[in-house]
Amino acid sequence: MTSDHDEARGVSRRKILECMTWAGTGVLWTVAGGVPRSTGIIAEATAAEPAGLTFLQISDSHVGFDKPANPNALGTLEEAVNKIKALPVKPAFIIHTGDITHLSKPSEFDDADRIISQARFDVHYVPGEHDVLDEDVKLYRDRYGRGTKGAGWYSFDANGVHFIGLVNVVDLKAGGLGNLGNEQLEWLEGDLKGRAASTPIVVFAHIPLWSVYPAWGWGTEDAARALGYLKRFGSVTVLNGHIHQIMQKVEGNVTFHTALSTAFPQPAPGTAPSPGPLKVADDKLRSVLGITDVTFKRGQQRLAIIDKPLQG
Amino acid sequence: MRTIKPGMCVVTALAVAALAAGALASQGAPAADAGVQIDQYAFLPQRITVKPGTTVTWTNDDDAPHTIASSAKVFKSRPLDTGDKFSFTFTTPGTYAYFCSVHPQMTGTVTVEPASGAGAGP
Repeated sequence: MTSDHDEARGVSRRKILECMTWAGTGVLWTVAGGVPRSTGIIAEATAAEPAGLTFLQISDSHVGFDKPANPNALGTLEEAVNKIKALPVKPAFIIHTGDITHLSKPSEFDDADRIISQARFDVHYVPGEHDVLDEDVKLYRDRYGRGTKGAGWYSFDANGVHFIGLVNVVDLKAGGLGNLGNEQLEWLEGDLKGRAASTPIVVFAHIPLWSVYPAWGWGTEDAARALGYLKRFGSVTVLNGHIHQIMQKVEGNVTFHTALSTAFPQPAPGTAPSPGPLKVADDKLRSVLGITDVTFKRGQQRLAIIDKPLQG
Repeated sequence: MRTIKPGMCVVTALAVAALAAGALASQGAPAADAGVQIDQYAFLPQRITVKPGTTVTWTNDDDAPHTIASSAKVFKSRPLDTGDKFSFTFTTPGTYAYFCSVHPQMTGTVTVEPASGAGAGP
């Protein structure tokens, strides 16, 4: 996209963001000196000098889903993995923001592992509500729960960035939204205690930690308490899935971003009677599925987040 | 705000009609069965009233899995995939609130009337 003058550029930029939401690019995250930054277009990221840390987000694989919105969700996950393998800048690791499977079946977890492991990267998972359909969350925890607390929350450090994986899909209450729960919130408070406010923080969880659209359950009941603990940090990036479309919001030092699914799109809030798999024309499907690439650069405040569609 | 599509209204009306027919048929006889459809992330009808002994069957017509979970933990279904059904027989009068434990914004109630002749509520 080109522009001849500043005004046009302003419009184009808006237009790009608008297009991104619907074109379904993947998201490349660059952590640069603390605060996440969305560069918006893939070319910018490719041209960037080697960054401090680049990682990749994939989400909502829904392995096992075979309905009209995408009869082969395993196939599109494999396409996403092939796209990751072909990236010019190799990510340090992958985070998966949940709904690995559609129905928490052992065979679905096995299929997802078989495909995702082909990328040959470490993968840090958090569960989606589709991964914890068995009563005691045993299937998810047996596979991904090593070294985690509760239903699977944990934190780790990479290149000076502190990563926190949260679980907001268990013990949901009638009429409610996503739920972190007191035990996990107390753990979070302790995990952050004593950390320098200059430490860049990346939080990832399945359901958005901001109120995207509560009528559809797209928000987290007790997220405000978690965000309260994160308030003093200069750079906080919150990465979520669940809604199968790209949305971004910046609030003070906190950047919220949601990723595309690798399986099927969902309607934009309020544009349909309900959430759920959205059937698009077959030749459009791969333009609304994708992955997200994130890069952190020391000395810059924001992470660069680049959404990459499977096609287009 | 939820948009009600014409199709949904028809389905609801049919369900209500089915219930009414069931109520007529059940006079002085064992309670008839009742059905709740799960469609577009909603229970239809959202509230039903049945006689004691009625078996209520939920059918998932969505492309997403749902559960039927009693808020008071009286009953809970396994995850229902598309086309799957779950039944529960209500014997004790009272109001049973339930929700989908996967999508908790989906809620409904089953009210079981007092045994025939009794006027007082639960």
